[in-house]
Amino acid sequence: MDSFSERETLATEKIKAEVRRLNFYYGSKQALKNINLRFAENKVTAIIGPSGCGKSTLLRCLNRIHDLYPDIRYEGEIILYPSLINIISPKVDPLEMRMRVGMVFQKPTVFPKSIFENVAFGLRLQGEKSKSVIEGKVEKALKMAFLWEEVKDRLHRSAYDLSGGQQQRLCIARVLATRPEILLFDEPTSALDPTATAKIEELIVSLKEKITVIIVTHNMQQAARISDYTAFMYLGELIEFDRTAKIFQNPSEKLTEDYITGNFG
Amino acid sequence: MQHQRIIDKHLEELKEKLLNMGAAVENVLQLAIKSLVQRDVELARKVIETDKLIDDAEIDIDRFCIETLALYQPAAHDLRFVIAAAKITPILERIADHSTSIAEATVRISKAPVMKDYLNIPSAAQKAGEMLKNALQALTSEDAELAREIIKKDKEIDLDYKITFDGLLKQIIENPQITTTAAQLLFVAKHLERIGDYIKDICELTVYMKEAVFIKHHGENKV
Repeated sequence: MDSFSERETLATEKIKAEVRRLNFYYGSKQALKNINLRFAENKVTAIIGPSGCGKSTLLRCLNRIHDLYPDIRYEGEIILYPSLINIISPKVDPLEMRMRVGMVFQKPTVFPKSIFENVAFGLRLQGEKSKSVIEGKVEKALKMAFLWEEVKDRLHRSAYDLSGGQQQRLCIARVLATRPEILLFDEPTSALDPTATAKIEELIVSLKEKITVIIVTHNMQQAARISDYTAFMYLGELIEFDRTAKIFQNPSEKLTEDYITGNFG
Repeated sequence: MQHQRIIDKHLEELKEKLLNMGAAVENVLQLAIKSLVQRDVELARKVIETDKLIDDAEIDIDRFCIETLALYQPAAHDLRFVIAAAKITPILERIADHSTSIAEATVRISKAPVMKDYLNIPSAAQKAGEMLKNALQALTSEDAELAREIIKKDKEIDLDYKITFDGLLKQIIENPQITTTAAQLLFVAKHLERIGDYIKDICELTVYMKEAVFIKHHGENKV
């Protein structure tokens, strides 16, 4: 990929994270090949590409989720700004990284607890003891996740009573409660109906005022609707990065065009 | 590893509709000019009747473009093609309107005194016909270079218009009896000049479709 054009594209943006010469291996299999990519602060960046291209693998490097599995290896660095921490350095605590870089998965992963306790979970993990502080932060997180109005009268009911879309927004509230700097979404709406999907999309767009968002999606229209920048990956490599409006009107690479127009064999 | 996508059949149909309309408009322009030069009122009436069919084609293509956007969400080149088609269709319809107006002028001057010559009208008409033919060729083959060449030709039609305008005014002053005919011919010259501008617009959209560049209003703006 032409790194000069990437510099130009992001010239006016403040950078939140920078992936430098990143290689990633599952055992002996190399899943990411020399990825260089920067994420703009308070913007939504979409990562697209066919199954197995490495987009989820890249996302999972950003909060060290890979460390939960054996026999994985990182090379290169991922710098978080402005603290200049290298996210994938062995010296960095993965648990701390997961607080600062939150993640929302394909299927809602609510805990078998009340709605309130789901959101309070991270705060308690962070050592917060004050009941009133926790209550305030839970309410704020639920409001940010567009869920407060729907659950304020039943905060102590089981989270399992919620619909799929509400459970997904509860997961987002749980992540938001600990005030992460970056929010990662891995196919957050693929299990949801169009109405619930639209709510999550609106939520993501509203969240970028406060947070940097990176989303992996198979839904091209979703990437086009909600992201500011798009990265296209193929076979473990970054093929193209540009403004989303550019990618969907006039991609520079033929591979990108073939993918977004459904021309892949 | 290209395969036939669902959208491909739809895009091919759109292209065919657009080219059919283009061919019909090209034909109408040629016949309108022929009717004028040969003072053939029958032919002029035939041109005027054809205009309705071209109006119908415009509406049909409009509907088809909107349906393509709604159902298939085209991206990249596919998107640019649909947008270009949607913008070219009304331009073609305008060219047909101007051609019809030329045919109407033929009918009006059929009983008026014959003028000794039509100055640069035949030259402008020939250039406009040629430009439209080539513009449709550039559109079909997505030849941006050819499109850029055709755009330059518009200046020649503008010059023909100026020569015809000055010449007709001179003839009216010298021989006021021909004023009715000359006034109609002034309109014809203006119609041809406008047709040249429209063909230029089609060529600009061909360049947009191929290169994703807006070249109108001076300068080039990339998407």
